[in-house]
Amino acid sequence: MADVKKHDTPMVDDLKKGPWPSFADDIEEKGLSGKQECLDLLGQLELSFKHKETHWKHGGIVGVFGYGGGVIGRYSDVPDMFPSIAHFHTIRVNQPASKFYNSKFLRKLCDLWDHRGSGMTNFHGSTGDMVLLGTKTEELEPVFYDLTHQMGCDLGGSGSNLRTPSCCVGKARCEYACIDTQEICYDLTQTFQDELHRPAFPYKFKFKVSGCPNDCVAAIARSCCSIIGTWRDDIRIDQDAVKAYMAGELKPNAGAHSDKDWGAFDIQKEVIDLCPSQCMKMEDGELKINNRECVRCMHCINTMPEALRPGTDTGATILCGAKAPILEGAQMSTLVIPFIKMEPPYDEFKDFVDKVWEWWMEEGKNRERLGELIQRKSLQEFLRIAELKPIPQMVKEPRSNPYVFWGEDEVEGGWKRDVKAFRARHAA
Amino acid sequence: MSEETRNILELLDKPYDPELAEKLYNPKKPMENRITDIGPPHYKQFWPEVIKKNYGKWKSHEIVQPGVIKYTSETGDICYAVRCGTPRLITTMLLREIADIADKYCEGCCRWTTRNNLEFHVTTEDALRELLDDLKGRKHSGGSYKFPVGGTGACVTNIVHTQGWVHCHTPAIDASGVVKAVMDELYDYWHSHKLPAQVRIALACCLNMCGAVHCSDIAILGVHRKPPLVEDDRIRGVCEIPLAVAACPLGAIKPATVEIDGEKKKTVRVKEERCMFCGNCYTMCPAMPLADGEGDGIAILVGGKISNRISKPKFSKLVIPYIPNEPPRWPSTVQAVKKILQTYEADANKYERLGDWAERIGWERFFEKCEIPFTDKSIDDYRLAYDTYHTTTQFKWSVHTD
Repeated sequence: MADVKKHDTPMVDDLKKGPWPSFADDIEEKGLSGKQECLDLLGQLELSFKHKETHWKHGGIVGVFGYGGGVIGRYSDVPDMFPSIAHFHTIRVNQPASKFYNSKFLRKLCDLWDHRGSGMTNFHGSTGDMVLLGTKTEELEPVFYDLTHQMGCDLGGSGSNLRTPSCCVGKARCEYACIDTQEICYDLTQTFQDELHRPAFPYKFKFKVSGCPNDCVAAIARSCCSIIGTWRDDIRIDQDAVKAYMAGELKPNAGAHSDKDWGAFDIQKEVIDLCPSQCMKMEDGELKINNRECVRCMHCINTMPEALRPGTDTGATILCGAKAPILEGAQMSTLVIPFIKMEPPYDEFKDFVDKVWEWWMEEGKNRERLGELIQRKSLQEFLRIAELKPIPQMVKEPRSNPYVFWGEDEVEGGWKRDVKAFRARHAA
Repeated sequence: MSEETRNILELLDKPYDPELAEKLYNPKKPMENRITDIGPPHYKQFWPEVIKKNYGKWKSHEIVQPGVIKYTSETGDICYAVRCGTPRLITTMLLREIADIADKYCEGCCRWTTRNNLEFHVTTEDALRELLDDLKGRKHSGGSYKFPVGGTGACVTNIVHTQGWVHCHTPAIDASGVVKAVMDELYDYWHSHKLPAQVRIALACCLNMCGAVHCSDIAILGVHRKPPLVEDDRIRGVCEIPLAVAACPLGAIKPATVEIDGEKKKTVRVKEERCMFCGNCYTMCPAMPLADGEGDGIAILVGGKISNRISKPKFSKLVIPYIPNEPPRWPSTVQAVKKILQTYEADANKYERLGDWAERIGWERFFEKCEIPFTDKSIDDYRLAYDTYHTTTQFKWSVHTD
């Protein structure tokens, strides 16, 4: 056995039991093969289990030359007990779009990380990066040189900059993808490298790209700019396949409910009646869709994927301003562009982004997310700076209060009035 | 922008050189040999043949068994995706094993999903059977599966989660430990399709809520309940007082001056009754720690969703304000999650997400059926709170009115 010291960790050891993959087992095994950092990490975790408090200090400013993000400083507050993790910085590595890898890449990354770091990773961080978990300050530049020279990789975002964009599996393996999510994600990441590495924003900014309204990367909930695939024409229908679903020859919802007996498939109850805009009906044995009334929720397509497919005039809906609750409360993205053709080189979309960034960088307060700025300054102002036409699709309902901020130029005769002329008509 | 497909495959063919960085990096001339702004490798280089050939041509899919999705292309090609759960926090030892499996069955390729699941692709039923048999036999020494197959359809798929006590400085709870405890208990739901619809569980270890915890069917959230401490003798050295004051969304932090050893020092004071324990002050100022073993714990929120399917995306709602931290297995939290899940399982309609079910039966009925005591902590008193108040005579009689 390698010359390493395992700490007494009875509580952490309890997490080796049970069927779900045990991180404790994996990390301990790695530690015993010669990585003291792994064993020290489990030791410190045991101490946290005992105290019910974290033992990581507030980060410090560390990084690589020329970049303002990508490395998160982390120090143990019990370094005497766990010296190998006294410095334990995180490195975010920009993932390939939709997270496909090959074994050569993975092994070489492992070689690098076994040599220069803890051997522990997150596949992946919440934003999408490969996360290399734990190394010392003096290893940061060498890791960066190894990543760029030997892996063809770059760092991801952190701090007040563009965060690493991410996307769903898209056209690589999904028939619902209305846009090329991977290409969009890759193009935006490459176009905005400066914004990604050099913080110049009021706070973080996130792009996320989903191929359809199922939104598998949760773009609508967690990106400042959500790009979600949609279509303008008609849902494609294979009436024979519809009949096959009705006859029980095809499994509804692609087999997603296979372990409970929900009874025979009932197209009226399970599809037509659940349609949120009630735009479907059976007529003369065929499924009819009033596509003008369709809101593209995906339910009928998800339920009968062999029979129904999105249309072919595809593009994206753009929504802006999602964020988690800190500070003004959680927000979801607001619909601002109902449809945009997302085709390379995406100039129309990038023009829109430039206008939004210019406004946010001018008006945004320190640590104010785009969604909070829109709330503070109004959706109307956002639409003006982005040169977008207000349309009813942008609101759930019209306002119920009458406090309209009319502009002077919108009112006949303007606001300059003569009080004497007023009083000539009305005695005081 | 770099050329469209910067090829790194040749680079990857070369073995890792552990001494190269020291040769190239010169601390005195940091720009020497520096490569920057190259961005991520182009994604196409990592696709298996079946993906390359059928990109954009996929026609439909079918979940042939929990964890296995069969995709059919317009070209007639078939691709099976085999989905495996992972704890996200994994070592290079496990990554190397993944690389070995990918080499043996999948042309060396694999991918990860947004929810930290690992996916292998094969193109024949024989290869699928072999792969599934192989994966089933791979276990950690303590007995847990390394690659449990599941996470498709009407199931509980992998829990999206944060770092917790493993690697974060602001958490109120652990992340990996709680996730392991919950997934062990809900394992049966991971590899079956018996729920009314998919149930997305997420965990965030503090109110920063990394990940889409605020739009999950069930959210496990770390919360603080004690106001920040103020280190008067240290604060000036580690943070800007105006930034600490401005960090509080409720204006509960004011500048103050104290005398320490006869010397006047600038610091801050916290109006404690105004604190909502968000922790933003600690994010801005290390001399204002909130963490406390007794005070911290878990809140449970339910009923959020991301997908636009049937109903619109919605936020998760707070139904259990506090459960104490109970390492290593967090039994009260595990039981609370399971009770909500099983009540939903027994009562909801097919296709109905947890939040849609709660809205249909009414929140009063949700609390009643789940046997969760309703407290004033579930009534909003922050921004836009009024939007959540009931302004109607339509309500249901429940245990709360009996």
